[in-house]
Amino acid sequence: MTNNPNVLVKISNAGIQKSGKWLVKDVNLEIHRGKIVTIIGPNGSGKSTTAKIVLGLHKKIEGNVQTFTKKISYVPQKVSIDWTLPIRVLDFMVLTEDLKPQEINDALNLTGVDHLISRNLRDLSGGEFQRVLLARAIAKKPELLVLDEPVQGVDFAGEVALYGLIKKISETLNCGILLISHDLHVVMSATDYVVCLNGHVCCSGTPVDVARDKHYKELFGEKSSQLLSIYEHDHDHVHTADGDIVKENV
Amino acid sequence: MFDDFLFRALIAGIGIALVTGPLGCFVVWRRLSFFGDTLAHSALLGVLLSVAFDLNISLTIFTVSSLIALLLLRLQKTTNLPSDALLGLLSHSSLAVGLVILGFLSFIRFDIMGVLFGDILSVNVNDLLSIWIGGAIILLVLWFIWKPLFASTVNYELAEAEGMNPERVNAIFTILLAALIAISIKMVGLLLITGMLIIPTTMARNLSNNPKQMVILSIIGGLLSVFIGLYTSFEINTSSGPTIVVVALILFILSLIGIKKRNYG
Repeated sequence: MTNNPNVLVKISNAGIQKSGKWLVKDVNLEIHRGKIVTIIGPNGSGKSTTAKIVLGLHKKIEGNVQTFTKKISYVPQKVSIDWTLPIRVLDFMVLTEDLKPQEINDALNLTGVDHLISRNLRDLSGGEFQRVLLARAIAKKPELLVLDEPVQGVDFAGEVALYGLIKKISETLNCGILLISHDLHVVMSATDYVVCLNGHVCCSGTPVDVARDKHYKELFGEKSSQLLSIYEHDHDHVHTADGDIVKENV
Repeated sequence: MFDDFLFRALIAGIGIALVTGPLGCFVVWRRLSFFGDTLAHSALLGVLLSVAFDLNISLTIFTVSSLIALLLLRLQKTTNLPSDALLGLLSHSSLAVGLVILGFLSFIRFDIMGVLFGDILSVNVNDLLSIWIGGAIILLVLWFIWKPLFASTVNYELAEAEGMNPERVNAIFTILLAALIAISIKMVGLLLITGMLIIPTTMARNLSNNPKQMVILSIIGGLLSVFIGLYTSFEINTSSGPTIVVVALILFILSLIGIKKRNYG
């Protein structure tokens, strides 16, 4: 039992079996307010399963899951909208909670899709749809945000911007974020804690620790740990359009 | 006024169309049309039990259909059979059991055609009461569970993760469907009730671009089918239940012209 008021979710020794095979096993994880936990790992390593365990979507699990918040937003890995269901972005935004028009607009504006508000969900491109999913999740102002590959299909510039946004949200809303991602390079820069999964937790810790871990190198290759070096230097400056270095006033 | 059979039929039809509109939308969105059929078929068992034991017909149908619905939800969880196989199993076995029981009831004069296709013109004041009171309760419950039910229709896991309890609202929804079948069997009959649920709704889908609009249009479609269908059946002397469904079909065909313009044009 934890007494830390910053802990939103604590899972200990969690695992799930399906027809005699472990999908994931022995996962230990804590999500804190204002922090981003990222799960990385190859396909089929149990990333989404772990997210679902955190959300309480799997009923027959081993181990222990304690959740200390009810204000949860979820961006699933895949949402498909049936043709028979006509639904606009506007209708989707208030799916699980009523929001003021201002709140809807603000959230859509943050993810850069406020102009799509009266469009039908089925008419959106993959990237636009992901932005809408993310907007809906943050519009609720959750305490816990679970994002299962939230930027899939988003263009590269948008991807970087959205990860920046996710980082900002964790600070402004002081919410805990569980992020599942493939984009090692971006993830490593914008996260507080990394869990490297391959059916079980291979290694976990700060991005720097994980990148140095030999299990991580085995799983993702030598090159992947070099990715981090791009980010390891301190960002104390920005570049202007012509390449000049300007001291950042933050 | 309630003495006039045509007027009673009209009031009954309006009551049913008001309920089939919104429920039909969820049936279509959730791909439950075969499920509606299964419940309707099980209603025959309910009708026969009520005749055999002299029970209230609507309550007996409601009980039998609800039990079948809950049995189905249970079987879906505990067996690995796909849903359509389970539905076929329940649908046809309840129909068959009903027909076997009918064989034992040869001493009772029983109008099987009325149960299969409905007999809207035999609707009495008691039927009107059960349609309108039952219908009001169904709509009230639907209104209360609208948000979680809609959320779990769009994405089950998202709804569950965000605390909407989809399993419970799904069970409530199937019971609402059973209740609708119970109050409307006398009017539209068990073979045609799914038609009343589905056809005005699919027409509405062709013409709408958001969920509320689709619900309203499917209510309007249902009402129009009842008005025109009743009038026509009276004028050209056809049976009223099938005529109402044929009108709904014609409205659907007309709506295809609208969809061509909207989606492909």
